[in-house]
Amino acid sequence: MSVTSRIPLLPAEEHERRRRRADSTLPSLWALLDEVKDPEIPVISIWELGILQDIAMRGDTVVVTITPTYSGCPAMDTIAEDIAAALAAAGYADCEVVNRFSPAWSTSWITEEAQEKLRAYGIAPPGQGCGGTAAQLQCPRCGSSNVRSISEFGSTACKALYQCGDCAEPFDHFKPI
Amino acid sequence: MPDMNAKEGITKYAVRLGDDALILGHRLSEWCSSAPFLEEDLALTNVALDFIGRARMFYSYAAELTGGDCTEDSFAYLRDCRDFTNLLIHELPRGDFAFTMARQYLVDEYNMRYMERLLDSADETLAAIAAKAIKESRYHLRRSRDWVVRLGDGTDESRTRLQSAIEDLWGYTPEMFEMDELETGLADAGIAVDSAALKAGWESAVRATLAEATIELPEGDWAVRGGRQGMHTESLGHLLSDLQFMQRAYPGLQW
Repeated sequence: MSVTSRIPLLPAEEHERRRRRADSTLPSLWALLDEVKDPEIPVISIWELGILQDIAMRGDTVVVTITPTYSGCPAMDTIAEDIAAALAAAGYADCEVVNRFSPAWSTSWITEEAQEKLRAYGIAPPGQGCGGTAAQLQCPRCGSSNVRSISEFGSTACKALYQCGDCAEPFDHFKPI
Repeated sequence: MPDMNAKEGITKYAVRLGDDALILGHRLSEWCSSAPFLEEDLALTNVALDFIGRARMFYSYAAELTGGDCTEDSFAYLRDCRDFTNLLIHELPRGDFAFTMARQYLVDEYNMRYMERLLDSADETLAAIAAKAIKESRYHLRRSRDWVVRLGDGTDESRTRLQSAIEDLWGYTPEMFEMDELETGLADAGIAVDSAALKAGWESAVRATLAEATIELPEGDWAVRGGRQGMHTESLGHLLSDLQFMQRAYPGLQW
């Protein structure tokens, strides 16, 4: 099945998130934070990953709302620091990063383009499934579906470790949750 | 934000759930760099992180309800044994790998059902934490169940170890389904989970898994209880001396 023939199913909360950005009166700030990448996966931004939820102004303070991927994700502190640094570099000295847990983050918020970036980076993307393993998990290097699970957990909480049976490449799979 | 009457009860309840998560997370973290093999090391510590993250969410909420100078760290680092209200099963020493996975399995089957119910809590924050935790618990369960079956129908050695782990743990499971005044009151208000109602489903799932793992269900009905009232096994103090050392020795220390 080609990417174009698939009807994109957008979860309601992701639709809301995209609308918050589209309707925002602060488009330059959203664009600015597109420069903040996930520290463990530097090819995709916190927006593309679904972590960046909202941006608002309170007086002179920029209030940035983010949501963690996993409860204990150790990258969250780094992400908050990176956000503050990006804003400071653009002249916004005051910022507050708020953690919000609801709605719970889901890999179904990751855009098709970002999934493609993950694949190119060597990480098998989560796909649109939920709760375990992507239905059509493929080796990001050779595209083979002959893959096996090595460990339910990979280099970070959000990934599992697989190996390709054809090209022997070990690779990370972004777990769909 | 709940009204003043409910506030104190919800704070205690959130601390209980935070204690469960923190203590189990710490036990799992003790495997760091000493798991049977590298992938298991990563897996155990990743699960530990999930639980420590869960503890932070519950404690942060309790701190917010408490107000003043109270933070998540006040709960984790500045209370003594008798103030901790975790279920006892979480504090038992990590034991061997079979013991760790057997406990994890029993607790994962419980947590999955518990968080599914907490999703419907009238308290929005607790429901939001549950929505986050349920996804992780489902994943944890898939792995721990797999290990229980694998160890059970594996070698004689692995089966013997798993059988003995289940026997040692069994008496700590009744407590998971016992309600006290606080939780009953909160459950009636639609806030807390009625854990007693989870027992039948939990037990039939555990029976099925243990049968598949060729493990015999322990006989007898010994039960140890008291965690929710701050009555602990001798293991918790040792655990806290490790967990709290830095904050006790260097109060207010930050990374």
